[in-house]
Formats: sequence, structure tokens, C-alpha cells
Amino acid sequence: MEKKNFTVSVYTENNIGLLSRIAAIFQRRHINIESITASRSEVNGVMRFIIVVQVTEEQVKKIVGQIEKQIEVIKAFYHTDKEMIYQETALYKINSAEFVEDLNIQDFIKESNARIVTVTPKFFVIEKTGKRHETDNLYEKLKPYGLMQFVRSGTIAVTKNEMQISNILEQFDTTN
Amino acid sequence: MEVKTASFEKTASPKTTTVSGAEAVIKCLLEEGVDTLYGYPGGAIMPVYDELYKYQKQIHHVLTRHEQAATHAAQGYARVSGKVGVAMATSGPGATNLVTGIADAQIDSTPMVCITGQVGSHLLGSDAFQETDIIGISTPITKWNYQITRAEEIPEVLAKAFFIARSGRPGPVLIDITKDAQFASLDFSYKKCSGIRSYKPIPKIDPNQIEKAAQAINNAKRPMIVFGQGVILGGAEELFKQVVEKSGVPAAWTILGLSALPTDHPLNVGMVGMHGNYGPNVLTNECDVLIAIGMRFDDRVTGNLEKYAKQAKVIHFEIDPAEINKNVYADIPVLGNVNETLRVLLEHLKPNKHEAWHQRFKEHYKIEFDKVIKNDLNAERGKIGMAEVIDEINTCSNGNAVVVSDVGQHQMATCRYTKFNQTRSNVTSGGLGTMGFALPAAIGAKMGAPKRDVVAIIGDGGYQMTIQELGTIFQTKVPVKIVVLNNDFLGMVRQWQQLFFEKRYASTEMINPDFITIAKGYHIKARQVSERANLKDAVKEMMESDEAYFLEVKVEQEENVFPMVPTGASVSDIRLE
Ligand SMILES: Cc1ncc(C[n+]2csc(CCOP(=O)(O)OP(=O)(O)O)c2C)c(N)n1
Repeated sequence: MEKKNFTVSVYTENNIGLLSRIAAIFQRRHINIESITASRSEVNGVMRFIIVVQVTEEQVKKIVGQIEKQIEVIKAFYHTDKEMIYQETALYKINSAEFVEDLNIQDFIKESNARIVTVTPKFFVIEKTGKRHETDNLYEKLKPYGLMQFVRSGTIAVTKNEMQISNILEQFDTTN
Repeated sequence: MEVKTASFEKTASPKTTTVSGAEAVIKCLLEEGVDTLYGYPGGAIMPVYDELYKYQKQIHHVLTRHEQAATHAAQGYARVSGKVGVAMATSGPGATNLVTGIADAQIDSTPMVCITGQVGSHLLGSDAFQETDIIGISTPITKWNYQITRAEEIPEVLAKAFFIARSGRPGPVLIDITKDAQFASLDFSYKKCSGIRSYKPIPKIDPNQIEKAAQAINNAKRPMIVFGQGVILGGAEELFKQVVEKSGVPAAWTILGLSALPTDHPLNVGMVGMHGNYGPNVLTNECDVLIAIGMRFDDRVTGNLEKYAKQAKVIHFEIDPAEINKNVYADIPVLGNVNETLRVLLEHLKPNKHEAWHQRFKEHYKIEFDKVIKNDLNAERGKIGMAEVIDEINTCSNGNAVVVSDVGQHQMATCRYTKFNQTRSNVTSGGLGTMGFALPAAIGAKMGAPKRDVVAIIGDGGYQMTIQELGTIFQTKVPVKIVVLNNDFLGMVRQWQQLFFEKRYASTEMINPDFITIAKGYHIKARQVSERANLKDAVKEMMESDEAYFLEVKVEQEENVFPMVPTGASVSDIRLE
């Protein structure tokens, strides 16, 4: 079976230690986590992890089974890229001197749908949200201008179809 | 029975009393019906030990001689009684010494709650004296763990701990309690946990799946059952027997399934797996329907997965959804507690006998008997064989003893040859294969089933891994029977060296101490046998003893366990010599 990108979404209680419990499931199977984010979800007190891995479908099924087995995990799902709407955010810190000298750069920031977050005499911070190849593209373009720092977030994603979780979560919400 | 859905209603809180966190721990244990626990004191858990002192009339704390032994004793207690075993230790080295037993309980689904003391919460993360991150360490080997830093958390967290340990697929839970939380006071009230909203211990039953399974079994020409510990954990032994008898399907067991069905039941066809019986292994690759019940297709059971039961339609009765399709694809998965699913299955089964098919098992048994069993049991020359000792024990126990085995050749001999009439009688470390398990587990087993004879069967290697527990036996006077089958080798490893490493016996030869003197040093009755002529009498004397008894049998040094499925081979390529 061929390896693909899968997005694993995990709804959990908000508890210390759960991150390492979930991470251990990947680590034990020698699977590299491509990206991971954790945040509150649409439901009060419920966390949502979004974990991207490159594995076979058979592997991701087993992983989701093992994740769901954890006591404080409410529900876990996996989806292919096609089933998700997903984005990443990147920040680029650039040397102001070089940046100001080249007027072109302002155009291609506009073209690439990026945004200037901060300007100081010493540096600029640019933000770009999009797919991986888009933030990568901008990275390549900005590199010649003295990229002082670069950072990219994990993938955040929502499904195109309704999550079967919604009902369960609503129930939780009212009982809280 | 466990409640399947979470309950959230806040009932009017029962009357409260103000107690210390440490006392609250004991009160929680009492509320959960704990009568015995195993442990070892130290700085960070001293407040709880102080309360144990005050409550010693209500709760029996057994001081083992090592924290690992406390976990194995708790496991032995849990395995025979079906109750949750409890182990306790101090922070740092006390806590890390629990790790092997926790891992063992996790892989063998044994309900256990471990309570560890922890440094004061203001010291957490400061590398304080005897501080260790036991939560981090135990995370991958516990069903659940939690660190308590406030006394008020104690009742609710311990209630959850016991609920989680025993419900669904059981397992170990570790609760770490900081010293300040033990000293602080709280208003104590206790409410048993009946559900946790994110946790579904038992999956919902799908009657359609059971019907499909019944149909496949009814239509099968050569069906075969492989049952595991799920039958015992689900308390479904009687029901399971009815299923076997009505369907007439030959039933083989995994090492942890042993004793769920009496060994001399006519439909019991023996053990599957690496050192299992010839028939069930070979015929796994000939059956048309393979019915797995409460087992998890461990690699010691399946051998090479590419060549495992490929011809068969697989039905998998299982409580843990993560086990479905984990190792072997299930054509018909049936989720649920076997106690419920088998009940429904039974109604749908058509009575059958499968006589011709049974004949195949008998033929294979005959082959194994002639090549292996006959010689194992009736060697006339040379030193005593392991199976002969087990056979003598059978004669005395009539199949009614609890038999606790350690890990190695003697374990395989024990499981292959012990007769069991009653369930929850085979206690062994199956999934982890932990040497040193048996002696402490036997202590727990005897305390969990005080009316039954408990016999530990141990190799000279594994015995010395927890030999210090003779001290616990001496102090508590727990009347366990200890048999060491002494071959002066790490036998199982030596066997592999002989078969696969051209007899290069690297570090497997043991120069052993005088075990009799050691036992006597602990004031335990002891006897050594090396002549076949004395074996019967020695075993009888041991079995009739009211006190703890140590029997050392000098056995054949280079005996090998057969049949054997070599690693990487298919179960049907099992070797008889
Ligand atoms: C804690 C631990 N260490 C190492 C092993 C590997 N091992 C498996 S069987 C065995 C030999 C056991 O020797 P002994 O206790 O004398 O029993 P015998 O095989 O001779 O019956 C060893 C070393 C193990 N299972 N557990």
C-alpha cells in the first residue's frame, strides 16, 4: 500500500499528559509526525489535535484505533488531503535595508497574497497563510533578501463533510 | 456489569468528614473493597503508610522485598480473584521498580492500581531528592495515569482509577500523589465511578454481526476455535463451554486462555503457538473458519502472518476495537464483551459434531504423542524431565491447583502438561515473558484464593530474579508451594543457542547456589530431588504440606521443548524434533 498524507483529528479532554500519550503511539511505531497542532475545539473544554503523518491507510487506521483507546480521547478520525480544507501559516523576518532597496519585492508580496505584520527600521515581518507549496514558494523568493528568521505552523484543517463527532460533542456541551 | 454510558448527574453529596489526603487514600481503598495490597515504604509515601498502620485491622499491607515483586504479587492476586490488584511504592527508585510489573499487566490486561508517592508539589521539576517523572515513564505502559497535587482530588481520581483498571479490557493504572497532597486535609466523601464521558469500556453489540458469525460457523465444514484470556476476563467460561459443546467445534487455547475450559474436556484440543500442540498449529492452516474468541493474535501465536490461516474465514470476538485487523484481518469482527456476544451466538448455533474433523486432531495428537509426549512423560533413563514433575503435581492436585509459572522451558512444560479443571488457575506472564514473575505472583495468588493450593513452577534462572521474596513468604507465612526445575542453565535461551547458534552457550550456564540452604535460611521447609525414584514422594510431601514448601528438582540439563514453531516459520511448519 502506498504512503500518503493523512490528517488525524483527535478530540480530547483537556488534560496534562495527553500529548505525550498520543505522541508515544506514533513514536512506538517509528512514524514521523510531519506536523502537529493543538487548540481548543468548537466545544467548551474539548481540545482538538491535528496531526499530519505520511503513512499507508492501513497504518493510519491502526493508529487511530490506538488513539481512540486512550481514556481521555473522545474521538479520533483520519482524512486524506482531498477530504480536508487545510492551511498553514508562515512568518518571515527580513532585513529592512535589503528589502527597501528592491521595490519588486513589494509587488510579489502582494501577488503571493502575503501580509506585512510589522515594520521596524531593522526588519520586516511578513505573514503568509496557505498550502505548504505556497509558503515554500515565498520562502524561496525571500531568501535572497536576507531571511533572518522563518517559522511555519502545523497544519490546521477542517473537514469538508460534517464530522460525525458533532452530535457527541453537543451532548457533552449541555452536560457541562 | 459496567455501565456503558457516562452518567453525569450530580447526586446530593453524601456526608463528609475531614481527613488528611493520606487517610483519604486508605478510605478510598476500603470503599473499593481492597482487603490486601502489596508495597514498600519510603519518604514520599510515609503519610499513607502511617495511615496503613492505623487501619491495619481493615486492610492487609504485605511488605514485599522489592517493589517489582509488589506489582507481580498484585497481578497474581488479580488474576486468580478477578479483583483489582493494588501495589504501592515511594517516589524515585520505588516508583521505577514498579515499571516491569506495570508493563506486564498492560500487555496481559491485568487490572491493577499502583499508587506512588511523589515529592512535594513545590519541588516538582527541580530534580529533588528521589524525584522521578513516573507519569512520563509510565505513560506508554498504563491504561491511564494521573498525578494528584491537591488532596481534594483524591476520592474522585482513585474512584476513576479503579473503574478504569477493571472495566472493559482491564489494565494497569498509576496514580502519583505528591507528599503535600497526602498531608493536606479535605472533606472526604466517596462516590464510586460509573462512567467517564470520553471512555466507552464496552463497544455496542451488533446483532447482525453475531448472526453472520453464527451462519459462518453453522455452514463450516472444518471450523476451529482459538480462545484467549477474554473468556476469563469476561467471566464467560460457562457460556463459552456451551458454545463449544453445542457447535462441536474443536477449541484450542492461547497461553492466557488456558484454564478457561477444562484441559480434559473432549473438545479441548490443546495449545496454539510457538510451543503449542501439533494438531491445532497444523490444522490452523487447514480449517475453513477460524473463530478467535477474546485473543489478540500475538506473534507467538501466529508465527509468520503471511502464512497464517490464509485459507480460513476469520471471525473475531473482541472487546477492544483496536485489536480488530491489527494483526490478522477479520472477515467477521464481533465487538463486545464475550459474556454478551456468546450468549446471543449460542441461540443461533446449530448443534453439530464434526466427527471427521475431530479425527484429524486425534491423528495429529497421536503423532505428537509418539514423537514428543510419550518421551516427555515416561523417560526411563537419564535425569528427571520437566514434564514428569508436572505430571506428578497433576496426580496430587487432581487438576484443582492454581499453577503459577515463570518464563522459559519450564513455563512451556507447565502450560503443555498441567491439568486444569477450574478457571483462573493458570497464572503466567504471557505477553511480556517476565522472568522473576512467578514467585511473587504465587504469593498474591495464594492470598487471592486462600482456599486453593498454589504451586509456583520456576526455573533456576527466573527464581534468582526475585528470590528475595522468600522473605515475604517467611514473614507472612503464606503457604505457597515452590518448585524449582533446576537445569543449571537459562534453559530456553540455551535451547535456541543449540538450535540456531551452533551450541555456542554464551552466558547461559549457571553456577548455582545451594537453594536448599537458602530456603532454610528463611525457615522454609525444603527438599531436593535428583532421583526419579524419589520424585513421587517428594511431590506428595510438598502437596500435603500446610506450610510453605520449597522443592528443588534437578532435571535433565539439556532437554529441549518441542514441538516448536521457529521464528519466521509458519505454524504448520511446526517441528517435532
Ligand atoms: C527479565 C527477563 N530477562 C531475560 C529474559 C530472556 N529469557 C527468556 S527465557 C530465559 C531463560 C530462563 O531460564 P530459567 O529461568 O532457568 O528457566 P528454563 O528455561 O531453564 O526452564 C531467558 C533468559 C526474560 N524472558 N525475562
